Amino acid sequence: MTVSDDRGGVGSPTVTELPNAVTIATEEGRLLAERLADSGRHARRLLEVRNLSTQFVTDQGVVHAVDDVSFELDYGETLGLVGESGCGKSVTALSLTRLVATPPGRIVSGEIIFDGIDILKLSEEEMRLLRGRKIGFIFQDPMTSLNPTLPIGFQIAESARLHLGLSRKAADDRTAELLAKVGIPRARERMGDYPHQFSGGMRQRVMIAIALACDPMLLLADEPTTALDVTIQAQILDLIRSLSAEFGTAVILITHDLGIAAGMCNRINVMYAGRIVETGMVDDIFEQPKMPYAWGLLDSLPRLDEERGARLRTIEGLPPDLVNPGPECRFSPRCKYVHDRCRVEEPELSAREGEGHLARCFGTEPGGWIK
Amino acid sequence: MANRTGALEQPAAARAHSASLWGDAWRRLIRNRLAVVGGVIVLILLFLLFFGPLIAPHEYWHQYLKEVVANGNRPLPPLSPNFILGTDNLGRDLLSRLMDGAQISMTVALVVQAVVLLIGLPVGAAAAWYGGRVDSLLMRFTDVIYAFPDLIFIILLTVSLRDTAIGEAMNGVLLVFVAIGVVGWVGMARLVRGQLLSLKETEFVEAARAIGVSDFRIVTRHLLPNALGPMIVSVTLGIPGAILAEATLAYLGIGAQPPKASWGILVADGQQFVRSEPFLVVIPAVAIALALLSFTFLGDGLRDALDPKLKGKQ
Repeated sequence: MTVSDDRGGVGSPTVTELPNAVTIATEEGRLLAERLADSGRHARRLLEVRNLSTQFVTDQGVVHAVDDVSFELDYGETLGLVGESGCGKSVTALSLTRLVATPPGRIVSGEIIFDGIDILKLSEEEMRLLRGRKIGFIFQDPMTSLNPTLPIGFQIAESARLHLGLSRKAADDRTAELLAKVGIPRARERMGDYPHQFSGGMRQRVMIAIALACDPMLLLADEPTTALDVTIQAQILDLIRSLSAEFGTAVILITHDLGIAAGMCNRINVMYAGRIVETGMVDDIFEQPKMPYAWGLLDSLPRLDEERGARLRTIEGLPPDLVNPGPECRFSPRCKYVHDRCRVEEPELSAREGEGHLARCFGTEPGGWIK
Repeated sequence: MANRTGALEQPAAARAHSASLWGDAWRRLIRNRLAVVGGVIVLILLFLLFFGPLIAPHEYWHQYLKEVVANGNRPLPPLSPNFILGTDNLGRDLLSRLMDGAQISMTVALVVQAVVLLIGLPVGAAAAWYGGRVDSLLMRFTDVIYAFPDLIFIILLTVSLRDTAIGEAMNGVLLVFVAIGVVGWVGMARLVRGQLLSLKETEFVEAARAIGVSDFRIVTRHLLPNALGPMIVSVTLGIPGAILAEATLAYLGIGAQPPKASWGILVADGQQFVRSEPFLVVIPAVAIALALLSFTFLGDGLRDALDPKLKGKQ
């Protein structure tokens, strides 16, 4: 596999052997091994998630953390996953890389087609080839996601050496180049420094460098700025945006901050209680949301043109218990517009005005009661 | 790592200050006076391990019988000309014998701790990483070893393996050392398991998985360095126990055989004359105590230096 030249003089190392002599055991694995060699497009879409369900076995029962979720992602597209805590955003992302802790977690059903490969059929070993190579992951808290006993240079180079088979020297060059790209000054000298010698924002830059080390096709960013203050937040988001554009990387941005989602994403999936409740282009979601939960989320954003001292608005109530969810609309207990029908039957995602705009609400369906 | 290869425009002084975790730990360690004293004595002992026989004033086995007879058949007392610490009842120079004994004691220290690491580390790491049934199985096995009386186990092991290759290595001494290690790894296994259990839940492990690092590599490259501090301390603090165990066994007649002099043997031999020539017991006993204290001080110092929670307190 070659690292394209416009990304700096790594010198296009060619890899003939798979790293660590991984045994390819499955048909999907053989497909993957072929595809790892180049970064072409092999499928209609980069990612197709169909009917994904991930559950956790707890003492209280089986938690349906992600329940029958389907969505798609184009090459180079940025998709936002929004929703409040515990709605299944992070578990969705972890499921995509099969990093859900098993036990207690388990992907019970569905298909995740990544670049034409069903990754749920890969063996664990084959999956390892994919992680970091084609899918990069940025975690929420840069303070704890870096190993305190290893120099950051090592941690960035590790992925490149593992997947691209780079020599120590080539990996060092690549690391320096990546560090410069993510905006760390004196990159060469700082490669030997340890995480505690960096600030939070700098560490998140290092995390981004790690995630992008192998030029992945998909970047999963799980609340990448939640642990950072607002000015740093803006810098980090700018960085993710510009690098993903430069590298042509598709991004799934997980956030509970709609402002961030609006600024970063092409499309948005609103999740609630393990389900996608509304999906559409970013403008449609913000200008004509068709699900009371999305209204609530938008409405709870503080606004600048507001009277001083006004109370922040919230959505009343709490998300439902995800152990044995009933047949009703999961938002119905908190919904201001609830009708009897919502309490006995859950709506399907159905089309609304706008490209690919779907919502899960009886009230806003044609002929519904909400105007 | 990087600055070795590349740009070192920065002045050396500035560089030295932004040192690693280990640099920090080193600075804290050398500020601890007891640890430094202990460390120096440990270094001297290590020096004796390699060069003791070369610098010893006499051969440890040579009997200066004429001098003993001239002294009225009594061992020469300390500070005699030529014999700074005196001789034993057979006219052998006590200082030379102590230096030779240091060799055995230091070998014990290293071999036993090596065996402890060799068994304890993988057992603890496997138990922590795989968890569940593997964990229970390994830990119950550990409990069994722990519950077995050490001395009986060592004696059984030494006797039953006496005629094998390892039993004959180093005049049978090596086997005793290995046996001491084989009963002593339990603490290390539990320590490693405990450390790894908490470390494996950290986010940087998840991050390492997310870039496709294999399980083995996560344990060896990402987890163990984080557990190294406590492990080093445990090894250092375990050494006095090993030296003592060897001394005990030598005193009981297991292990090094005459004319070889281990510190335990010196105490056992001197004991016969404890009323008339107490220095024959006191001097090797002081040597043992000094070595133990040195390792303990060094271990304590290392623990404080490597414990990040104490950062800034010193």
